[in-house]
Amino acid sequence: MSYRNDPYDPKQVALLDPAALAEAVADATKAFEAAADPDALTALRSVHLGDRSPVSLARREIGALPPAAKSDAGKRVNEARRAIESAYAERAEVVEREQAERVLVEERVDVTLPYDRRPRGARHPLSTLMESISDLFVGMGYEVAEGPEVDLEWVNFDALNIPADHPARGLMDTFHIAPEGSGLVLRTHTSTVQTRTMLSRKPPIYVIVPGRVYRTDEIDATHSPVFHQAEGLVVDKGITMAHLRGTLDHFARAMFGPEAKTRWRPHYFPFTEPSAEFDVWFPEHRDGPQWVEWGGCGMVNPRVLRACGVDPEVYSGFAFGMGIDRTLMVRHGVSDIRHLFEGDVRFSRALGTGA
Amino acid sequence: MRVSVSWLREYVDLPADLPTGDLEQALVDLGIEVESVVDLAETVTGQLVVGEVREIEELTGFKKPIRFCRVDVGAANGTGEPQEIVCGARNFAPGDRVVVILPGGVLPGGFAIGARKTYGHNSAGMICSAKELGLGDDHSGIIVLGSDVTAKPGDDARPVVGLDDVVLDLEITPDRGYALSLRGLARELSHAFDVPLRDPALAPAPGGTGTPPYPVEVRDTVGCDRFTARLVRGVDPTAPTPSWMQQRLVTAGIRSISLPVDITNYVMLELGQPMHAFDADRIAGPLVVRRAEAGEKLTTLDGVNRVLTADDMVICDAGLPNALAGEGAGVPISLAAVMGGETSEVVAGTTTVLFEAAHWDPAMVGRTARRHKLFSEAAKRWERGVDPAVALVALERAVRLLTEHGGGTPSAEILDIDHVRPRTPISLPADLPTRRVGVEYPPARVVALLERVGCTVAQGADRLSEDPGAVGVASGVGTVLSVTPPTWRPDLTDPADLVEEVVRLDGYDRVPSVLPTAPPGRGLTPRQRRRRAVAGSLAERGYVEVLAHPFVSPELADQLGLPADDPRRPAVRLANPLSEEEPLLRTMLLGPLLGILKRNLGRGHRDLALYEIGAVFHPRLGAGSPPAMGVDRRPTDEEFAAADAVVPAQPVHVAVVLSGDLDPAGWWGAGRPAGWADAIEAARDVLAAAGIPDERVEVRAAEYAPWHPGRCAELRVDGSVVGHAGELHPVVVAALELPRRTSAMELNLDTLPPTPVTPAPTVSGFPPALIDVALVLDESVPAEQVRRALEAGAGELLEDVRLFDVYSGAQLGPGRRSLAYKLTFRAPDRTLTVEEAVAARDAAVAVAAERLGATLRGA
Repeated sequence: MSYRNDPYDPKQVALLDPAALAEAVADATKAFEAAADPDALTALRSVHLGDRSPVSLARREIGALPPAAKSDAGKRVNEARRAIESAYAERAEVVEREQAERVLVEERVDVTLPYDRRPRGARHPLSTLMESISDLFVGMGYEVAEGPEVDLEWVNFDALNIPADHPARGLMDTFHIAPEGSGLVLRTHTSTVQTRTMLSRKPPIYVIVPGRVYRTDEIDATHSPVFHQAEGLVVDKGITMAHLRGTLDHFARAMFGPEAKTRWRPHYFPFTEPSAEFDVWFPEHRDGPQWVEWGGCGMVNPRVLRACGVDPEVYSGFAFGMGIDRTLMVRHGVSDIRHLFEGDVRFSRALGTGA
Repeated sequence: MRVSVSWLREYVDLPADLPTGDLEQALVDLGIEVESVVDLAETVTGQLVVGEVREIEELTGFKKPIRFCRVDVGAANGTGEPQEIVCGARNFAPGDRVVVILPGGVLPGGFAIGARKTYGHNSAGMICSAKELGLGDDHSGIIVLGSDVTAKPGDDARPVVGLDDVVLDLEITPDRGYALSLRGLARELSHAFDVPLRDPALAPAPGGTGTPPYPVEVRDTVGCDRFTARLVRGVDPTAPTPSWMQQRLVTAGIRSISLPVDITNYVMLELGQPMHAFDADRIAGPLVVRRAEAGEKLTTLDGVNRVLTADDMVICDAGLPNALAGEGAGVPISLAAVMGGETSEVVAGTTTVLFEAAHWDPAMVGRTARRHKLFSEAAKRWERGVDPAVALVALERAVRLLTEHGGGTPSAEILDIDHVRPRTPISLPADLPTRRVGVEYPPARVVALLERVGCTVAQGADRLSEDPGAVGVASGVGTVLSVTPPTWRPDLTDPADLVEEVVRLDGYDRVPSVLPTAPPGRGLTPRQRRRRAVAGSLAERGYVEVLAHPFVSPELADQLGLPADDPRRPAVRLANPLSEEEPLLRTMLLGPLLGILKRNLGRGHRDLALYEIGAVFHPRLGAGSPPAMGVDRRPTDEEFAAADAVVPAQPVHVAVVLSGDLDPAGWWGAGRPAGWADAIEAARDVLAAAGIPDERVEVRAAEYAPWHPGRCAELRVDGSVVGHAGELHPVVVAALELPRRTSAMELNLDTLPPTPVTPAPTVSGFPPALIDVALVLDESVPAEQVRRALEAGAGELLEDVRLFDVYSGAQLGPGRRSLAYKLTFRAPDRTLTVEEAVAARDAAVAVAAERLGATLRGA
């Protein structure tokens, strides 16, 4: 349907009247303002800007005007249309923003709902502690050495200057392997790896040995037949007790904080001479700053060097060993060693990442 | 070793008002561990006084005899009237002086004493036993003070019973036997406080005489290199042990028995020389000191009849015939150095005492003590080394004590059979202490310190023999000292021992702190890195690491359903297990790990995923004993390899166990129970974390205990089996009382090949072509084989194969199933055409059809 050739109709032409155009703009603006959401606004677009909208109809009337009036009327219609489009765009921006905000509000959830759908696993704290001890010494150029848990008596005792009749052998509370005369034991200390390392390597030797050891201790709050030690062994030219102290002090600070230090008490170990037990000053102890018994150490006994094929005239060495379980218990305030071996998941979960 | 400070002061001038803390520190700095320091004066509070028993009224009609006593406590109770006390002990009579604690006092252990009505009488206070006062274990009766005590009723009883003293409980390391005596401890303290020592071993003692007081023959001078003896005749058998001696014995934890026996123990504590007292009248003939014949018998003082071995040393009565040991060998009457025998011991009527002070081979004593499980005070000292030079002094001391307190006449003759060899000097480079310790010790300082511990030091041969000038001597370089240790220090044998004496006396606290520089290291080994990677990956997957004890029961192999010939049945057995029920070491991790699973279940945890990485133990069957190896040199590689071949194989395994839900139920919905597939996934994760590429891993169905025969996979790498995974056998689950469907995995990490260097993949930026394909197969065809066939057929364009549906139903026919795969194709250099992708798909299906009889579903 076309109006182009329709006869001039004053009523139609009246649409070009400035007042009528202003009214169309006002109507449109008002309607847009009333639109609450993008859908409602879109629906209004055809009403106020579509083919049957007042401004579109007005544009059609221009042809019916006398030529002199056409330019003027065209300008008016265009201005009105631009005003309506601009009002539409402004309103569109508002309702879209409001819509987006409304969606965000509607999509709100309770983020405090517990979400433990993938249960957390954990390392055992003794494992992580052994690894961090290893890492400390690897950082100093040491290597991590290992050995079997069931080992030769010769490796566990004889080579370490603990002959068969020595009282120290009786004090070790050793698990022997059947039958009698098997020559095998569950190692009573990680010092077995001292023997094996010196047999298999040439100095200079710098090794750290974390591992499992066994004694025939009945289980109670402070004893376990299975426990863990870390042993350090250095064999090189010109090694002195001062080097031993320097190493232990460094180790102590890494384990017990920058204020930690060590204290030595003369002691007896067949495989070291001179020998000492050492305590560590632990400022953050659960029961207040205090000295804590930590381990044993000394200069490798030349008899041990000889039995393992290292010339004691050329080389000297130091060795130290400490309980990893004990270190863990002191650091974390574990009151009962049984917690370490019962395998209750609560224990590993609580400590398995921070040791 | 428990000693009182007052006794120590008899030999060393300790500072008069020495705080116990300083004393303790001094001992610790000398290498003597202090178990406890107890100031006895502080252990009993209130009035502890001497009382004299006036009247005893026996009360009857109670379950046990009870006495109502009136005890004179002087003016201590404020009234001067006798104190009325009910007492259950019976070892006293009117006129005896006893120890009374008055109401208001507190005994050790916080036991407060009051006045109360008991057994129908008022009892105000208590008559004390030694045990109640914390003076020892004797609770057989109350303390009755000896006639040598001069204290009067009402006097403070503390000094009388030794409660004014400080008692040290010391732990002596096994190398220092000399410190198991007052003499040795006093010497150590004289070093610490730099005060004079009055060595009781320097007391004059007469030497051996030509004729012995009693005939003795020593047949084995290796086992017994010194034997001294002396007789005392006419001893008063009723003479009591003086209270001061009893107190010191009780403090040391030694029971008072009789005067002669108490004297031997007292001298042992004082001088460190264990002794024995025989009743000479109960010995028939001469004494013979020899090795026992295997099978000989002896009843020791503790009443145990012991069968001897040829290694034990015995003292025998040659007056008794002995068919087993031969003519003149006599019958054993004492297990030398360890414990005396019943037949010759001092008894109530003994009047002729033969004291023996000998020197025995420490190694022999140690073996005998362990063999007979007789760890007497004497054996403890012998094992740790006794001064061979002190025997005659000890003998003289014992004889004097006996004649002083028990009368009698000592024999003029003294026996001394002495085969002790003189000590050989140790060559000590004078600069060795400096070189080993890192503290500058001038040679003069080294000499002075060694002389303080009793060594004789001489300037030995000079290494710089051509230039024996003062330079070398002053710095110690080249100077060699010739050091003869004292007789009481058998532990000093090597230069290193002397170095320790130097640094110990000079002070360990003087050793500086210097970090040594290690040569560049190689970091962790690939094996160590792999173990960490595996452990970390399981923890990230939600598994919790545990560390189980490796001890298992012999029944476990049956419970796990292992076949009779299963290589996991032979296990390493402990000769002395803690529990007779668990004498074996695990051959697989699963046994102990399932035990930990059960413990967790017992504690109310339901959903569990546990893992362990650790060694298992496989005995070398028929390997025999390792060859004997000495320690004077390094064993040869062959010798050590032969010994090492006996050591059980100890591969490191990893295992997981699963029960309950792996994905827990929650507000989001239902949980997902753990099952066989999760165990297999864990195994595959471990292999991936270990760096084994997927294409080298194969999963196959297997029948293997303790798994469910239809739900068990074996994992292979390069065709070799490395472990198993799946659901446990229902019978195993029932036998171990585990939850149904408990699943597990165990792999041997040590059998995995080294981690290869993985070549980088080509990562194409071109789009993929995705094609789904559903194959119908016989349901017995494993999915693993289907995947391999598709991969083989699809060629290089195939990027991924993903099985997304498994379906079986009536329309497929019985015994058939459909496997639906999503195939992803991609080319490195172009966008694939549909034709190319379809051609590759068809090629893949063709191989599956050819190898496995697969048909396209719906085709």
